[in-house]
Amino acid sequence: MQTTSIHFKANARRALADESLQRSLTRMRVGFQHKRAAAAAKLPEFETLRDEARDLKDHVLEHLDFYLEAFEAKVKEQGGHVHWARDAAEARQIILDICQAVNARTVTKGKSMISEEIGLNEHLQAHGLTPIETDLGEYIIQLRQEHPSHIIAPALHLHKEDVAETFHQHHAQYGLTRKLSQAPELLSEARQVLRSQFLAADVGITGANFCVVETGSTVIVTNEGNGDLTQTLPKVHIALTSIDKLAPTLDDVTLLLRVLVRSATGQEASVYTTFSSGPRRADDLDGPEQFHVVLLDNGRSAMLGTEFQDMLRCIRCGACMNHCPVYGAVGGHAYGWVYPGPMGAVLTPQMTGIEQAGHLPNASTFCGRCEAVCPVRIPLPKLMRHWREHEFQRHLSPRSVRYGVRAWAFAVRRPALYQRLSGLGAWLLKRLARGRGRLSRLPLAGGWTAGRDLPAPSGQTFQQQWRQRGGHR
Amino acid sequence: MRVALLVTCLVDLFRPSVGFAAVKLLQQAGCQVEVPEAQTCCGQPAYNSGDRATAQAIARQVIPQFEAYDYIVVPSGSCGGMLSHHYPALLADDPEWRPRAEHLAERTYELVSFLTDVLGVTQVAAEFSGAVTYHDACSGLRELGIQHQPRLLLNSVTGLELKELPDSDVCCGFGGTFCVKYPDISNRMVTDKAEQIIASGADTVLAGDMGCLLNMAGKLKRLGSPIQARHIAEVLANQTQTPAIGEPD
Ligand code: SF4
Repeated sequence: MQTTSIHFKANARRALADESLQRSLTRMRVGFQHKRAAAAAKLPEFETLRDEARDLKDHVLEHLDFYLEAFEAKVKEQGGHVHWARDAAEARQIILDICQAVNARTVTKGKSMISEEIGLNEHLQAHGLTPIETDLGEYIIQLRQEHPSHIIAPALHLHKEDVAETFHQHHAQYGLTRKLSQAPELLSEARQVLRSQFLAADVGITGANFCVVETGSTVIVTNEGNGDLTQTLPKVHIALTSIDKLAPTLDDVTLLLRVLVRSATGQEASVYTTFSSGPRRADDLDGPEQFHVVLLDNGRSAMLGTEFQDMLRCIRCGACMNHCPVYGAVGGHAYGWVYPGPMGAVLTPQMTGIEQAGHLPNASTFCGRCEAVCPVRIPLPKLMRHWREHEFQRHLSPRSVRYGVRAWAFAVRRPALYQRLSGLGAWLLKRLARGRGRLSRLPLAGGWTAGRDLPAPSGQTFQQQWRQRGGHR
Repeated sequence: MRVALLVTCLVDLFRPSVGFAAVKLLQQAGCQVEVPEAQTCCGQPAYNSGDRATAQAIARQVIPQFEAYDYIVVPSGSCGGMLSHHYPALLADDPEWRPRAEHLAERTYELVSFLTDVLGVTQVAAEFSGAVTYHDACSGLRELGIQHQPRLLLNSVTGLELKELPDSDVCCGFGGTFCVKYPDISNRMVTDKAEQIIASGADTVLAGDMGCLLNMAGKLKRLGSPIQARHIAEVLANQTQTPAIGEPD
């Protein structure tokens, strides 16, 4: 996927002016936030579970080599295959090879952000395969040739009317020409179209929310059941996942599921929680003949042992973006790559380079709401600040920031000078306000005054007045 | 009890009345208040711009100015959080300065929570007629846990009716340098905030942080709203004779 993070400001401006998107975002904020809050309030031990989930993920990350090998051994023991992919290109090639080995033509896909991360669909298409997204949201945006705008609600930016329009345009080829307007009708039409694809598919690709070490299973949570059909009907099931998804035991998975689903959608459990453990056995009624797990690194292992290691705890619930006022203002596409919101502001620079994605960790007020809701307590603002430090050290921050900070710090470190300057500033701003108490325009502060007034100082600084009053020092 | 007031750069420049209100509240509660002369800014602009070295240098400048006092009180949650949370983190690898940073951090409080949590103040002798709403500034709320303290004291103000602001815990869009680096997004956030303040039916909005107040007041004025913005200290100290933020003198 082409990254446009470098154009974040322009993307954001466009998003702010897009009324349809703004309506979607308002709906999203209210819905997700209330649902999470209600779910958390209903479970007295929720905060304790968050601590436990954090500690569990930390433990796994500290012993990642051990758990990865143990997981691989268990998958193999059950007749499955494990493939290690250092980067996106390797992962794409591995998957293409598996598909070509069985002469696959049609590939059904469950929702997977890693598939977006490695640009899988484009790659399969370029080699003559037809990937078909089966998650409703993913299906809709695939038809529209768009990318997800949210990690758990990929079509969040769209309205029912947009979907009706898209289906009308694309479903005519199946003889479905009726113009629909109601959500249930749209859903059933999508089902009807997808049903035949499920049956035709040679390979099914899903993600995995978790990989269970003790059983060698991959786990997906869905609400539509599309993931189950994707992974059980075709001859081959590929679970595309990454090295940070391990959970040692089934008990551990239960813990993570309890915080994941509540944080994501506010449900107590998702409609389907499906475990895949190897290919079909002799006495199984159904299931794939081949079971492959692709474990992607793509910059993750480089985060181990660094200040960014905490980010590898992420379980992709989306709560950070659901509660982020910046995401809530501009939506996911403005971030310009696969992962938006606070988690994307930390991950994207790691994966596409801070030179490309520098805006993302900067476009935050550090309000801390993301950290306050993150089920695994990732200190997202702190990690975003670390990226800013990397930028600053490498002289990548915009010149206005570097010189601005330097000039300001020069004064701050010289109290006598600072106080003379602030006295002057207070005097000047008050004069410019001409008794109105505020300025509606100010050179060098055009960004501020374009949308709001700047309240003016009342005259003398506190320090000046304190001195005059002979206050204690 | 000797208390040092960290005035904060924004109060010093834009709103000295907040500093005097803080002094009054502390004195009323029996503190001997001093204002260390050489104070400038706590260093957040450098810290949040990624300039760690400068932020550390400023921390090393601030600590000696304040460490001899019994308590350090700040009329701002974000500057309070800078001293009490971020200084120890900034100097964590410095064996000489780390203990000093921690010692300072332990005794640094945001003004309102200092009154309630340390001094045990449960009411103030103040009058304010009108409907008031309160915005929970982010750092104070989430770094320092300041939520019930301002409400406790506001409810003791004679004549004051507190109307809760929906989404009072959502950022106003100030964010320090954020508001100038990403003015469009900041403007959207403060527009949402101003609309909620207007819808709350209050005629005054209070908060404990000057940055947020300048932002919210500036937006309310631009929208032509008559709603007044003040720092909570002014109301608690019964010092509301000065024009509200952004109002003509
Ligand atoms: S960073 Fe935390 S809140 Fe955000 S998606 Fe990951 S787990 Fe969820």
